Amino acid sequence: MKPSIKLAIAMGAGAAFTLGAVATASAAPKRGGMLNIVVGSKIPSYDGHRETTFGMIHPIRPFYSLLIRVNPDNPQSTSDFVCDICSNFTKSSDGKTYVFKIRENVKFHDGTPLTSQDVKATWHKLIFPPKGIASSRKAFYGMVESVEATGKYEVTFKLKYATGGFIPALATPFNFIYSKKDLDTHGYKWHMKNINGTGAFTFVQHQPGAFVEGKRYANYHLKGEDGKNKPYLDGYKAISAPKMAIRLQAIRGDRAQIEFRAFPPKARDDLKKALGDKITVQESDWNCVMGFSSNQKLKKFQDVRTRQALTLGLDRWGGSKYLSKIAIVKTVGGTVFPNHSLAAKKEELLKLKGYNPDMAANQAEAKKLLAAAGMAGASVELLNRAVDQPYKVVGTWMLGQWKKLGLKTTQIVLPTGPWYAKFRKKKDQETMIDFNCQGVVNPLIDASKWLSNDIASNNYANYQDRQLDKWYDQMNRTGDEAEAYSIMRKYEKRIVDEKAHYAVSFWWYKINPYRSYVKGWNIAPSHYLNQSLDQVWLDK
Amino acid sequence: MTAADVTSVSEIDELRSQKTFIEKSADMFRKQPLGAVGFFVVLAMIIMAIFANYLAPYDPTLNDFAAMLIAPGADYWLGTDQFGRDIMSRLIYGARTALFVGFAASFVGATCGLVLGVMSAYFGGTFDLIFQRIMDVFMSFPLIIMALAIVSIFGPSTQNVIIAITIPFIPRCARVVRSNALAIREIPYVDAARALGFGHARIILRHMAPNVMAPFLIMLTSFVGQAILTEASLSYLGLGVQEPTPAWGLMLQGGAEEYIESEPWIAIFPGVAISLAVFGFNLFGDSVRDVLDPRLRTQ
Repeated sequence: MKPSIKLAIAMGAGAAFTLGAVATASAAPKRGGMLNIVVGSKIPSYDGHRETTFGMIHPIRPFYSLLIRVNPDNPQSTSDFVCDICSNFTKSSDGKTYVFKIRENVKFHDGTPLTSQDVKATWHKLIFPPKGIASSRKAFYGMVESVEATGKYEVTFKLKYATGGFIPALATPFNFIYSKKDLDTHGYKWHMKNINGTGAFTFVQHQPGAFVEGKRYANYHLKGEDGKNKPYLDGYKAISAPKMAIRLQAIRGDRAQIEFRAFPPKARDDLKKALGDKITVQESDWNCVMGFSSNQKLKKFQDVRTRQALTLGLDRWGGSKYLSKIAIVKTVGGTVFPNHSLAAKKEELLKLKGYNPDMAANQAEAKKLLAAAGMAGASVELLNRAVDQPYKVVGTWMLGQWKKLGLKTTQIVLPTGPWYAKFRKKKDQETMIDFNCQGVVNPLIDASKWLSNDIASNNYANYQDRQLDKWYDQMNRTGDEAEAYSIMRKYEKRIVDEKAHYAVSFWWYKINPYRSYVKGWNIAPSHYLNQSLDQVWLDK
Repeated sequence: MTAADVTSVSEIDELRSQKTFIEKSADMFRKQPLGAVGFFVVLAMIIMAIFANYLAPYDPTLNDFAAMLIAPGADYWLGTDQFGRDIMSRLIYGARTALFVGFAASFVGATCGLVLGVMSAYFGGTFDLIFQRIMDVFMSFPLIIMALAIVSIFGPSTQNVIIAITIPFIPRCARVVRSNALAIREIPYVDAARALGFGHARIILRHMAPNVMAPFLIMLTSFVGQAILTEASLSYLGLGVQEPTPAWGLMLQGGAEEYIESEPWIAIFPGVAISLAVFGFNLFGDSVRDVLDPRLRTQ
């Protein structure tokens, strides 16, 4: 074949491919159909302000709206936020006042129009809850001084200090907008068992242990690409399926189309192998960091050399290579989400204890430290959660790593309830698989985990380190990103290296294989994000 | 021929008819071929458990990611799991876990049941009545449900698994032993012992308990198989032995869900080991019952 003919064929094929890709990308969303999603956890209550689990978010989030949210078309960005029930917002020059204009076409599912009073009441419940009312993310809003309705459709947030952490915190997907009428009439606990939102779907039924069903809300406030109101789907069913094998088989058998948390790599490969291009896979780094902490209440872990030895013993780079084949972890990182501008660069990471790829050197140093601390050949017990992915897999890997240091390792694996009780109430664990899972990527707020234990309720290493508290405060109060970056490096080095309060192993890795005819959903760096389903449609 | 001669001839005949241990064993295996199969399975397990350090080709807890998910072959006869651990080595060491839990739970459970059952029969009256109702309560729960409840309370660990399996065994053994001990209580030597002023403990432990050894041994052998199965079930459910300890149920749990399609050997071999062990102990237990139960012996 002549080169010119080859070139012509290649150009033709290329053009066809490009056109096809464009045609696919710009394909108009179709309306109709039911989306079946499988959810691997239970619904503790319907109240987003109170709950912290995807078991609630995945089935219930589509009934509600937020003030702002991550851009559903670009959820991978850590700085792209768009209005949901607001039409726009402005920031004052000093960065301490934010004014949100509220859309005038938003109605609750019971027909009540939404006004700024509803937004104010919601945010007061979230930030300044009355005694006895749970608001799980209240600590995110320490910078907020007041929330006021400054017009029928205008809400103003005043801050104590300017911080880059405010807007991402506002976009937290648990911050459902409730009706002031419901809060005033039924009280602050009514939403635990009742639903009245402004989301893209209205509540139909919940069969406990089986499914939650929603149907299209005709008066939803956002328009689709066709100029008509979203959502595109007629409805959805969130089917409860705690066993992974059942969720996997549901997608394989087309009884469900998608699972929004994640499947392990093996499940992805099996699905792809069985169904080929009928399965689409989206993958992403996940705003969940996995590591371990040592209980500094116990004498044997009060010596920093012991803690440093344990972190030195982990072969992070090698582990990432292999564990990413069997578990939902992958990226080696520090305390900041790897893709964020505040995250350490690789050359900075390599200088931290335990990040040197030369494991022989790391292990030799670790053994010396253990010997100096009187811990050579000592026993170490790891507390773990009875959840395979990724807890038990990573835990088993860690034990193998520590065994190479000559330590005698054992593992206690407890179901979620007793697991939490052991380190939150009894506080008698030795080392534990410790994690920090957040929704919106917001390192300035997410880093609160490593504050002293009298400030951070999720500090399970039980230490107090006032230097960290001071740096955290400085980081949050500076408006200068370069300065925040610099402080963050000192903060991180102290946590994982100098004091070895906490050892990061890997960041989780989100793998979502789903039926290819599901369109419009984009993977976010958290299983809590981008679950409103208003942009999802079925290409059938 | 004198009386003395007759005696000496019969003694010689008796001596002639005495068989070696091997001959006796061969006789027994001929009469109980399935029991022999069970015996050899049990024996193999015991050998594996005792000599695991020498028999296992690899460290059963060593993660070797360069060898993860390798199919059965020359290097790894039964393949490797997702952590690159040799399945054969884990099966061999797993026998140790299974037998340790199995024997410990069975022995403690059956022994407690023996003492309590004989006590209940010996004292009789109100004590027996109340004690048996308590046993009824315990026996109304299926073994696995009872074990699950106990592990949920105490938390999962090898020791707690043993406790969880032991407790449901106690009433089961006590009930059977009591029915045998009721008959023994009526035999005059018990009255004689009482008349001689022996204490309750001595009468129960020294005079009555040895006479209910047959049902005790039968229960003991049947409990071992059940205990192994229950331990495997608990470990499979994540409530038993924990990683990285090699245990068959745990190996099954690790491999069954994610790897059954693509790497089936991870689940198949532990499954086969559990089945074989339970099968072996049950066959062996049945034969022990056939040999020791006088009613079956005379048939």
